[in-house]
Amino acid sequence: MSWTPAEPMISLRDVHKSFGDLKVLKGISLDVMKGDVICIIGPSGSGKSTLIRCINALNDIQKGSIKVEGQEVNDPKLDKLELRKKVGMVFQQYNLFPHKTALQNVMMAPVRVLGQDKVKAEEAARALIKKVRLEGKEDAYPGELSGGQQQRVAIARSLAMQPDVILFDEVTAALDPETVGEVLQTIKNLAEDGMTCILVTHEMGFAREIADHIYFTDRGVIVEHGPPETFFKNAQDSRTKEFLSQIL
Amino acid sequence: MTYKTDLPVMLPVKPREPEPFLSLTPWHMLAIALLTIIGPSIAFAQSGSEAQSPLAVLMNWAPLLLKGFIFNLVISISAMALGTVVGAMLGLCQISLLAVTRHSSWFVTQFFRNAPWLVLLFFAMFLLPFEIKFFSLTIPFPDWFKAILGLSLPVMANVSEIVRGAVRSLPSGQWEAAESLAYTRLQTLWLIIIPQCVKRMLPPWMNLYSILTMATVLASIVGVNEVMTLTGQALASEGGRPDLLAPFYGFVLLLFFIYCYPIARFTVWLEKKYAVIT
Repeated sequence: MSWTPAEPMISLRDVHKSFGDLKVLKGISLDVMKGDVICIIGPSGSGKSTLIRCINALNDIQKGSIKVEGQEVNDPKLDKLELRKKVGMVFQQYNLFPHKTALQNVMMAPVRVLGQDKVKAEEAARALIKKVRLEGKEDAYPGELSGGQQQRVAIARSLAMQPDVILFDEVTAALDPETVGEVLQTIKNLAEDGMTCILVTHEMGFAREIADHIYFTDRGVIVEHGPPETFFKNAQDSRTKEFLSQIL
Repeated sequence: MTYKTDLPVMLPVKPREPEPFLSLTPWHMLAIALLTIIGPSIAFAQSGSEAQSPLAVLMNWAPLLLKGFIFNLVISISAMALGTVVGAMLGLCQISLLAVTRHSSWFVTQFFRNAPWLVLLFFAMFLLPFEIKFFSLTIPFPDWFKAILGLSLPVMANVSEIVRGAVRSLPSGQWEAAESLAYTRLQTLWLIIIPQCVKRMLPPWMNLYSILTMATVLASIVGVNEVMTLTGQALASEGGRPDLLAPFYGFVLLLFFIYCYPIARFTVWLEKKYAVIT
């Protein structure tokens, strides 16, 4: 069960997920190599968010296999805490802890969960806040920050756990148009640093620019996938074409 | 500038004035006090009797009644403290992942929340022994202690619901964010959920305290020497003069009002404050 970077870091095989009678995922398979940036696009309700929430076991699956660095996620004996130390997540609604300052939001998990030394964790947290270009906002509470700023704190909070991969769940969907750019820039910097990223996004231009591979999902299946150039220029499936024509 | 429109939403909105609590102003209070306490004195003076005036009699008894009232407060604070500690634990059990814990704590909560306070008080009074023998040690169970236990039961159940409601009212994203950062459930509760809930719980908790304070007079029915019992005894020892009834009970009402009204105002203020900053 030892995993090497030559194998996919994340590997999904025939993943099925339903909420009661509603089948959301109907056999999804995909591979993500270390350092890859994957974008998942598709119409609303096609199961994109559910898909990535299954990867860090926020949602359980009924059938199939999800492996993260060789570790099976669809396993009742799974140590979820160990998994989630490796897999970071950033949410559409930021979900910062409103009673903590930006700095506390970033450094709390490393101290409490990883047991890091407080002084070192604070140093690291300040560096991360600088990295997402929010210097001077360390002591601000989430309520005092704009959406874009909150989302960048959320990215820093996730980075502070030093995950191997970060899941981005429509992280710009709730933002004002003028703050979308700053968040996308932050993600781009991460990708350039070699962070493995899985993004669910509606930002087609961004997906095209940043992604190594694009997956198009509709009604619980992957309809089409490929590198951005071929995907956006030579979409084969009629559903993909229709979706792209509506969006672009 | 005025708009010509049929749409009500387009009309300028007049900011709503905050409603005063029960529409009572200090002037109303003064009027009530005059009617209940001074009114009978005037009536008495006009009758030309030889006995002491009601106000003078009240003044004689006031120190004792005040002592009784302080006893009421002691009962209310103790019952609140006990009920809050046990109720908070019960409330957390209601959000347990274990179905057995969740369901049983839900049942206990609902049972005591939907029981009349007086009945619970009677149960505590007559089912608990007057003392407990623990090996050679004898622990007495005085009436006032049983009253505290009896009143803490409904407090416990209500606090349990307040805790459960506050935890449930937090957006699920808070749980998910904590989960995805690998916090354990206990850490999530302690570091993230409960600190945010305290603000939400404070106004209903204080409301409950007000209600409890006013309910402490129920203890008079089961013979605890609190303010109502003492008032009754004072009236009896004055020979049951009917002109004393209004001033004496008016005095008790006034005591409770003076204590509970600021709590109610403070609760309203807190509610407004936390309604803006969530």
